[in-house]
Amino acid sequence: MNAPPACYTRTAIALHWLVAALIFATVPLGVYMVGLSLSPIKLRLYSYHKWIGITVLALSVLRILWRATHTPPPLPAALPHWQRAGSHAVHVALYVLIVAVPVSGWLMSSAKGVPTVWFGVLPLPDLVAKDKSLGEILTGVHQGLNIVLLSLVAAHIAAALKHRYIDRDDILERMLPHRPGGRA
Amino acid sequence: MSRLLALLLALLAGVSAQAAEIGQVQADKSRLSFAYTQMGVPMEGTFRRFSAKMSFDPARVPSARASIEVDVAGIDTGSAEADQEVKGKLWFDAATHPTAHFVSTAVKALGGNRFEARGKLTLKGRTLDTAAPFTFTPTPQGGAFDGAFTLKRLDYAIGEGMWADVSAVANEVLIRFHIVAGSAPAKK
Ligand code: HEM
Repeated sequence: MNAPPACYTRTAIALHWLVAALIFATVPLGVYMVGLSLSPIKLRLYSYHKWIGITVLALSVLRILWRATHTPPPLPAALPHWQRAGSHAVHVALYVLIVAVPVSGWLMSSAKGVPTVWFGVLPLPDLVAKDKSLGEILTGVHQGLNIVLLSLVAAHIAAALKHRYIDRDDILERMLPHRPGGRA
Repeated sequence: MSRLLALLLALLAGVSAQAAEIGQVQADKSRLSFAYTQMGVPMEGTFRRFSAKMSFDPARVPSARASIEVDVAGIDTGSAEADQEVKGKLWFDAATHPTAHFVSTAVKALGGNRFEARGKLTLKGRTLDTAAPFTFTPTPQGGAFDGAFTLKRLDYAIGEGMWADVSAVANEVLIRFHIVAGSAPAKK
């Protein structure tokens, strides 16, 4: 067997930060746009939100496939069991949510009868038929999942900072863009 | 030759007999819808309340008449927020112009079961010449008219001010109609 890798692959790192950046862009966009009264700007922002969200979905699927086929670097041996279990649980939940949140948005848009045309070019199929009451339920689902996602992202960031500034281990470093000689 | 003529006459007589009762429009079976794109996304809606008077005989097309009146406040865009917005001043201004109407000025045959109605379309108090091709499908009680035409909403000042931005909501709107006319079947 090969020695365990010391850090994440470049692909894993790129996908991690790309997805993170897009989520940080589209959450405030989502919150801002729902408060606007109907206007061309609102329609434009809804479309941008949906395009970014679908991009997150596509990248997340890629991420999960990459993760399933590439061993991540092991956690430090000294890490207590509860932290190991906790981080594993949060990571699994985050993977689920970065798919579930955009899928709930897509479902909602289908139910509301406003299909998504990705970047104005690629029409996506409707996942469910138009149905007003289902649309309202899914709006709540999209919001609820977002709240769970944001809570876990907050915990995730707090843990990363704790490792960097309190434990002073290399947990955060190994997900940062590479020093030379990193993994492909 | 004379047999062919007899056959033609019989056919025409048959068709005009079928068409004779047309006039009564069955609102519950008829449909008036519109399609447009919003940020490149195809959208559709309907006008829930409209009435139509049709007088049509495929054997005497030039004397055909159609008039359609639409209660614009009956618009259904698929979202309550948008319904409210489009009844407002910038769009249909339903308070000042509660009805839209089309009145035919000429109908001509295009061959087969295809026809074309020309007429005046009035939207938001503005009247323009319009032409709509349609097909006619006879039914035992009358017939169904199916057609569509594209209008430019800005020609009628539908969507003024900020909404004149056609990159958000397209200028072209496809109007589709399915009008079932003729006395309803006896049992009802
Ligand atoms: C990572 C992906 C996504 C994130 C993080 C996200 C986040 C959000 C947030 C925070 C809101 C505001 C909720 C509120 O304050 O009420 C929102 C609203 C919305 N999202 Fe997403 N979203 C994502 C993907 C999508 C996708 C893919 C679609 C559709 C294809 C979508 C469609 C919508 C719509 C239509 C609303 C407005 C709901 C309303 O009108 O109340 N979202 N989203």
